[in-house]
Amino acid sequence: MNTNTIKISTSQLNLYYGTNHALKDVNMELYTNKITAFIGPSGCGKSTYLKTLNRMNDLIPGVKIEGEVLLDGENIYDSRVDTTLLRKKIGMVFQQPNPFPMSIYDNVAYGPRIHGIKNKSELDDIVEKSLKGAALWEEVSGRLKKSALGLSGGQQQRLCIARALAVEPEVLLMDEPTSALDPISTLKIEDLMDELKEKYTVAIVTHNMQQATRIADHTAFFLVGEVVEYAPTTELFTAPKDSRTEDYITGRFG
Amino acid sequence: MTNDLTIPVHRDSIIVNSIYNGKKRVSDSLLIILIYLCALISIFILMGIMGYVFVRGVPQINVSFLTTVPSTIKGTFGILGNIVNTLYVVAITLVIATPLGVGSAIYLNEYAKGGKVVRIIEFTTETLSGIPSIIFGLFGYVFFGTTLGLGYSILTGALTLSIMVLPLITRTTQEALKTVPESYRSGALGIGATKWYMIRTILLPSAMPGIVTGIILAIGRIVGESAALLFTAGSGYILPKSFLGKIFESGGTLTIQLYLCMQKAKYDEAFGIAVVLLVIVLAINGLAKYLSHKFNTEAKES
Repeated sequence: MNTNTIKISTSQLNLYYGTNHALKDVNMELYTNKITAFIGPSGCGKSTYLKTLNRMNDLIPGVKIEGEVLLDGENIYDSRVDTTLLRKKIGMVFQQPNPFPMSIYDNVAYGPRIHGIKNKSELDDIVEKSLKGAALWEEVSGRLKKSALGLSGGQQQRLCIARALAVEPEVLLMDEPTSALDPISTLKIEDLMDELKEKYTVAIVTHNMQQATRIADHTAFFLVGEVVEYAPTTELFTAPKDSRTEDYITGRFG
Repeated sequence: MTNDLTIPVHRDSIIVNSIYNGKKRVSDSLLIILIYLCALISIFILMGIMGYVFVRGVPQINVSFLTTVPSTIKGTFGILGNIVNTLYVVAITLVIATPLGVGSAIYLNEYAKGGKVVRIIEFTTETLSGIPSIIFGLFGYVFFGTTLGLGYSILTGALTLSIMVLPLITRTTQEALKTVPESYRSGALGIGATKWYMIRTILLPSAMPGIVTGIILAIGRIVGESAALLFTAGSGYILPKSFLGKIFESGGTLTIQLYLCMQKAKYDEAFGIAVVLLVIVLAINGLAKYLSHKFNTEAKES
């Protein structure tokens, strides 16, 4: 398959937390309408890398970032970048479902409201579309005004996906989105991701290698801040080129 | 492991150390009695004082006590003027102290993460809340009253009390902000909210119960304060002639009037005022409880 168009390209990315060199010379391309999975043991930098893609690391004090991350050719670390616009394009779903303590409707409408949409019927449409996009509409359409905190964990996570979709992003970053969920909710979210890639570019951090093989088109293996191997998923799991990758995927460590 | 399927049986005969009929420990029972006694004594003291105040004070309270001001011509002694003054002082103090306190808490918690400056400010606010209120009174009298020329006035008193309750409001707001999960912040910022938008739409609403509780506790302190007000707000008791003009006139709150009554050995009136104060303080505490409970259940409601 040579239909890969580059959505995000990273070159020579280095990240330091104080003196801790957390990402070392990361070079990687994320392709449009593909799912890319980042795997690796805890502390290998995969979540850190994910967060550099929508500049969530900026919030951490003492962080230093070098290198280039291009989104459609624009450097997201350029001083002219408006992080609000950047994060509208690159949405994020976190490990722990984190709905806001407000109604389901207001949760989904939160993003559009940031970007100035106030019209009621327009918001109604966005909320319905986003909840349908996150495969949650059928379950909650009758209780949109109820608190989001009353939903189950799996529903909350799909609500967070809906919330991210509501600003019509082009890229969706997911940081272990299913690690706090039961197997059935996990399955629903994996099915959902398969649909999402029709419209979005998806990057997912996962601890679960089976999950990577089930959903990802490409997989990157991280180890102590380095990308050891980055290849189409089937290739990485069946014929790893690096012995460290092989050790990891066969369960010899990690 | 062996794979035998023996049925377990209770073999009474071989029990050597029975778990029944251990010795009751005397020290335990003694301690329990002591603890109950302590609790009883403190409850008794509190109930005793309240009971005494109510028994002596309630007969003093009648319509004219609550609706007139002291007047030798009419021969009345009422505390309406003091009630109005109290409301003035509470309202103006809160108008000044709430935005300042909430604002500085937001700064300390959300903008100035860590750092030496923050620790110094936090230490200062904590110290400030432990200062005897008469010192605030002294400062208020000299600075607001004399230097700024506001004299004995409601405004001087309110400014003085604002400084006094500022740490309380700041601290409670800070505590409330700290309980808001970090995930709400990253969630909001992650969809592109600016920091201020996130604070306005997520943090402040989530922290509201704590902030409201802080404000109500501040009201409690204002209503109960006397030392800091005596030489700042003064002891005026006449009713306001104009709504805003009163701010620049002297006005004694209920506690000040209570103090003056005691000074003149008018103990009956003093107990009457004490009852009114107690009722107000109890009502405020009840309100604080009710509101924080209400906010809590609202947040959890499914």
